[in-house]
Amino acid sequence: MSTLVYASTIEKGWYWLHRIISGTVLLFLVAPVLMVIPLSFNSVPFFTYPMSGFSFRWYEEFLLSARWQGGLQNSFFVAVAATLLSSVLGTLAALGLSRPNFPWRTAVLGIVISPMIVPTIITAVAVYFFYANVGLVNSYTGVILAHTAIAAPYVVVTVSATLVGLDNSLVRAASGLGAPSITVFFKVILPLISPGMIAGSLFAFVASFDEVVIALFVAGPQQRTLPLVMFSGIREQISPTIIAAAAVLVLFATAMLTAVELLRRRSERLRGIRGT
Amino acid sequence: MAATVAQTAGSEKNMLLRAELRRSERWGKLRAFALVLPLLLFLVITFVFPIGRMLFNAVHDDTLLTLMPRTTAALAAWDGNDLPGEQVFAALAKDLRDTWEQKTMGSVAVRMNYELPGTGSQFTSSARKASTLLTGPYKAALIQIDPLWERKEVWNFFKRGASPFTAYYLLRSVDYQYGADSQIVATPPETAIFRDAFLRTFGISVGVTAATFLLGFPVAYLLATLSPKSSNLLMILIVLPFWTSMLVRTVAWVVLLQQNGVVNQALVGLHIISHPADLIFTRFATIVAMTQIQLPVTLLPIYSVMKTIPPSHIRAARSLGAGSFYAFWRVYFPQTLPGIAAGCLLTFILCLGYYLTPALVGGPSDQMVGYFIANYTNKQINWGLASALSALLLVATLLLYYVFNKLVDVNRLKIG
Repeated sequence: MSTLVYASTIEKGWYWLHRIISGTVLLFLVAPVLMVIPLSFNSVPFFTYPMSGFSFRWYEEFLLSARWQGGLQNSFFVAVAATLLSSVLGTLAALGLSRPNFPWRTAVLGIVISPMIVPTIITAVAVYFFYANVGLVNSYTGVILAHTAIAAPYVVVTVSATLVGLDNSLVRAASGLGAPSITVFFKVILPLISPGMIAGSLFAFVASFDEVVIALFVAGPQQRTLPLVMFSGIREQISPTIIAAAAVLVLFATAMLTAVELLRRRSERLRGIRGT
Repeated sequence: MAATVAQTAGSEKNMLLRAELRRSERWGKLRAFALVLPLLLFLVITFVFPIGRMLFNAVHDDTLLTLMPRTTAALAAWDGNDLPGEQVFAALAKDLRDTWEQKTMGSVAVRMNYELPGTGSQFTSSARKASTLLTGPYKAALIQIDPLWERKEVWNFFKRGASPFTAYYLLRSVDYQYGADSQIVATPPETAIFRDAFLRTFGISVGVTAATFLLGFPVAYLLATLSPKSSNLLMILIVLPFWTSMLVRTVAWVVLLQQNGVVNQALVGLHIISHPADLIFTRFATIVAMTQIQLPVTLLPIYSVMKTIPPSHIRAARSLGAGSFYAFWRVYFPQTLPGIAAGCLLTFILCLGYYLTPALVGGPSDQMVGYFIANYTNKQINWGLASALSALLLVATLLLYYVFNKLVDVNRLKIG
């Protein structure tokens, strides 16, 4: 504001115009989801305000109908399995890639990151063609493997970011004091990178939990995940239960990301203490 | 003398030490590689290999070679002008009988329908009738069974089938095909849809990129100039939608843009329009929804570059007499260009691969390449064409990503 004291009228006008534009854009960014979620509490299946009454009936349908429950269970099962697999594979890979003089780093990193770059529809179709040949279409294994492939890069990137800040002298000190490398890993490295690992697995979980395009091609009626139930629901007829499911997904993602943010702060704080 | 000996011993020890070091370094490298190997193998099998195979299938199709082996071989000597001779027809009769007995005529018919629409059923009926045709002369008999076998384009089609590789799918995905004499001709306008699809994909991506830039730039500037406390607060508003799943954000737009949805209600309520407008299933809806989804992706790189620009630059320009607009345009804006390039390019790349959002909020004429890939995979069942379309989209994406990487590296050099 202090700069405004010397500003001309035109400059003041620009200043406020800029703020108004930015505010509108921010509103455009958050309003759609925020405006839609309350409609899931509407007592009638209409999508306009004012709502005619408050009701949990759509959440009841979400929690009690076999279709949605099956979707939720499948999503959890697939996401947990994909998270476990991608976390183990991704953390090991991040540890390897962080070593100095890693051979063919660019090429290897390119392959490891590629599931993030290739458009999902291409991944989905390619995996579908492949699975059709090896008999993995309409199987849990197929969905889990494909989700692991797209979730693993998130783990690699997140854990690698933690490893950049890892003080290597701690590792050397432990080795110098005679700890075998397995002990060094479990007692020194793992506790230090655990915030990154947890954050990475949360990202992986969200990546699998929210994924719909690959599931659309690879999952059969038995493996329908929650986003898939939502997707086919919109195609048939949009119902407030879909919004209730969307609200649950939003709540979930928000909780996960709050956890990630808290972990990041914690690890920064820990590192700060160690640094001094 | 003694000194030399000592020196030699020393250098020998040195060499030993160096060898030891090299060995341990090699060990270290091997160990590092062993750590990455599980994920690398996993991705090669479940991701890289399927994609590679799909790219291969865009140019590879040995249906005719394996199911009509005699015909394709006999046609090698055919000049392509007059009808083939009796010997080729005899080969055809044997192949037809085989496909009938082994029930593979369906696969050949499907393959024929791709390139010569409508000929598939003629082929199947020929195969059925030819199954009783045990003795020659075959030429007259087969032509009598079906005039299909008088058509030169059919014979040229089988002649091309002698090679396990075909350019047909790639040609088709840019609206070309083979003519009667195996020459490359433009696809007839009623089925030429792919160049339009690619242009539309490109157009929508440019539109969305431009919109995210125009909307994102002022916000990024605001965030970069505000105090850290308030900018962190506003940052939540940007990061939260960024991490909300694309499906949820698309669903939100589907709900808002309904005929009797919130947006229409508001527009009618404000007397801007008198009747609810068709908002959903339009190009407008597609671009608005995609812009909202991509906005953080364009905005964040611009913001992170703006953060590195010292405010003293603008102050210096102003104190040297530049007007506020001149100072912004000539001093501040050029420094944000790397961020603009990175953000816009990233959004553009991601837009090219959109499938979900146009499929749910767009109409039939707003579908992007991703939709056609999905459609030819599970509705029209033409995997070769789906592979060829994917191959083109993938090449475009990877090329642009390469450019992006170069740009970002250049940025780092500039900033660092």
